[in-house]
Amino acid sequence: MTSTIFFQQLINAISLGSLYGLVAIGYTMVYGILRLINFAHGDLLMFAAYVAIYMGALTVFPWYLSFPAAILATGILGILLDRAAYRPLRDAPRISLLISAIGASFLMQNLALVIIGGVPKAFPRPEVFDRVITLFDVRIQVLAIYTPIITIILLLGLLFIVYRTKVGKAMRAASKDFETTRLMGINVNAVIAMTFFLGSTLAAAGGLMWAMRFPQVNPFMGVFPGLKAFIAAVVGGIGNIVGAVIGGFILGLGEILIVAFVPQLAQYRDAFAFVILILVLLFRPTGIMGEPITDKS
Amino acid sequence: MTRDRVKLVLNILALLLLFSILYFFDRYGSPYHVRILNNMGIFITLAVSYNLVNGYCGVLHLGPNAFIAIGAYTSSLLTMSPLEKQMNFIIEPLMWPLSVLQAPFSLSLICGGVAAALFAFLISFPVFRVRGDYLAIVTLGFGEVVRVLCNASQSVTNGPLGLKGLTPHTNLWWSWGIAVLTLILVVRLVNSSYGRAMKAIRDNEPAAMAMGVNPFRHLLMAFLISAFFCGVGGGLLAHLITTISPTLFTFFLTFNLLIIVVVGGLGSTTGAVLGAILFAWGGEALRVVESPMNLGFMTLPGIPGMRMVLFSVILMLVIIFMRRGIMGHREFSWDWILDKLQRKEAELKKP
Repeated sequence: MTSTIFFQQLINAISLGSLYGLVAIGYTMVYGILRLINFAHGDLLMFAAYVAIYMGALTVFPWYLSFPAAILATGILGILLDRAAYRPLRDAPRISLLISAIGASFLMQNLALVIIGGVPKAFPRPEVFDRVITLFDVRIQVLAIYTPIITIILLLGLLFIVYRTKVGKAMRAASKDFETTRLMGINVNAVIAMTFFLGSTLAAAGGLMWAMRFPQVNPFMGVFPGLKAFIAAVVGGIGNIVGAVIGGFILGLGEILIVAFVPQLAQYRDAFAFVILILVLLFRPTGIMGEPITDKS
Repeated sequence: MTRDRVKLVLNILALLLLFSILYFFDRYGSPYHVRILNNMGIFITLAVSYNLVNGYCGVLHLGPNAFIAIGAYTSSLLTMSPLEKQMNFIIEPLMWPLSVLQAPFSLSLICGGVAAALFAFLISFPVFRVRGDYLAIVTLGFGEVVRVLCNASQSVTNGPLGLKGLTPHTNLWWSWGIAVLTLILVVRLVNSSYGRAMKAIRDNEPAAMAMGVNPFRHLLMAFLISAFFCGVGGGLLAHLITTISPTLFTFFLTFNLLIIVVVGGLGSTTGAVLGAILFAWGGEALRVVESPMNLGFMTLPGIPGMRMVLFSVILMLVIIFMRRGIMGHREFSWDWILDKLQRKEAELKKP
């Protein structure tokens, strides 16, 4: 393998990994507070992409208006999701919560299928992200460079919210103990809604970049990125925001580089993430940066 | 007559009734009805065995599609004649031992079940190291891995092309016979000390351990039995639809089974049977929403895919508003009916 191709694959891998990381943050935040795998999280990617497509097609909004609108809409959908599917089950056994999440995920996919149809739609890539630059003899799409940068910026913003603001403090408290948090006069449901909002907006940002990277949008586009991002969250240590991004990078790097070095394995690519998941759970169930998982009653 | 004698007679009568209904449909039913009944039988097998792990042991396992796929592929590869195999595998020939082996349908079903159970045994060690949502995602992962493997191993499963032109061995007697067999076995297991241990693990694992119940052994047992019957059910399914490909065994299949057991009531075999019957029948009845509707003054166009939306909504409504499903943990039993009858008799005798 020449160094040019390697460099190209590396950039490719980093940008894919940062996408996984971005989506994984949402999983990790929700898991940290509710101890729930939000199965419907991946479908938020799909929702954001469709909103952006229709905003672009039906209105005269340029991308820098339609993208933030799509992100905001997805954030609100995240709050609604919590309100409709998870809040009624706060005191239920966790298995019920999980089943409800699976139901919500299927509902969103099939509603999209019924309303929009299964034919993949092309995602209009804004010109800004479409340019190709040449760096050390390697032709790179600027999107592949912007993606990790945007991810890092969003991550820093999120860390600021979680560790330097009052809402963030409440979120961290709620992830430790609901009852005590309530006793401190904090509206736990509002905090959870905020968590869903933040996680969903990040998922939406990830979904838009995913749709620009693979510009085919269909109702089931969120399933695999969602599953892999969840695995990234587990690899990084669930509940840990920085860990989620690191896990995402590991997964993205592994997935692309393995296929780059051993092309025969290309058809097993989708199984790779699950193999990593199983290995991590076998040997280090808390992930790279995770604290021991405590069962919250 | 003693109670046990009465119950035995009632059981035999119920079976006779069931099989006379089946005989009637077999002779006079339209292919459409026979097909629905076949689906019901197979779904009962799958749902009852799936419920054994999900309902009685209380672990959310999301990989029955893997077992069904393994059972389906194993049994179909065994019933196909070598010539049929040659015609099916056009890109790469089937690998050696499988290309010459052929077995009768009954044996192939057992092999399918054993293969699925073997796979379940292999994955049980990583799976039961974790609990709760982790277990769910790991089993889901294995389900996906099996699907990817089915897609990729051209020389065993014929890859995405799948296997075509299987002999339609499955008829009402096979599908319902196996369903009844599964039911008898699962009910006996659940009512044995093993079953009570499983329920103890579901309700409180540390307490069960303190009572000397080994969780791993009991979970493994339930898992293997469940996998075996899922594999057999997969073999039946394959020989009912006569064409299998990896797309048949996606998470979607697991989702259907999950709806069945949740609506029926997690932890109730009766519930699983009811759920399976409702699902197989309801899936057909709900075709109405997908076909054009004539309201007299206007015609609503049919919306393909609407059934899945309804199914998802039903699942969520059931889990949010009636978490215990139709049956909860209750079971149908003759005792209950007999007690009712006796009480009525006693009341009548009173002046």
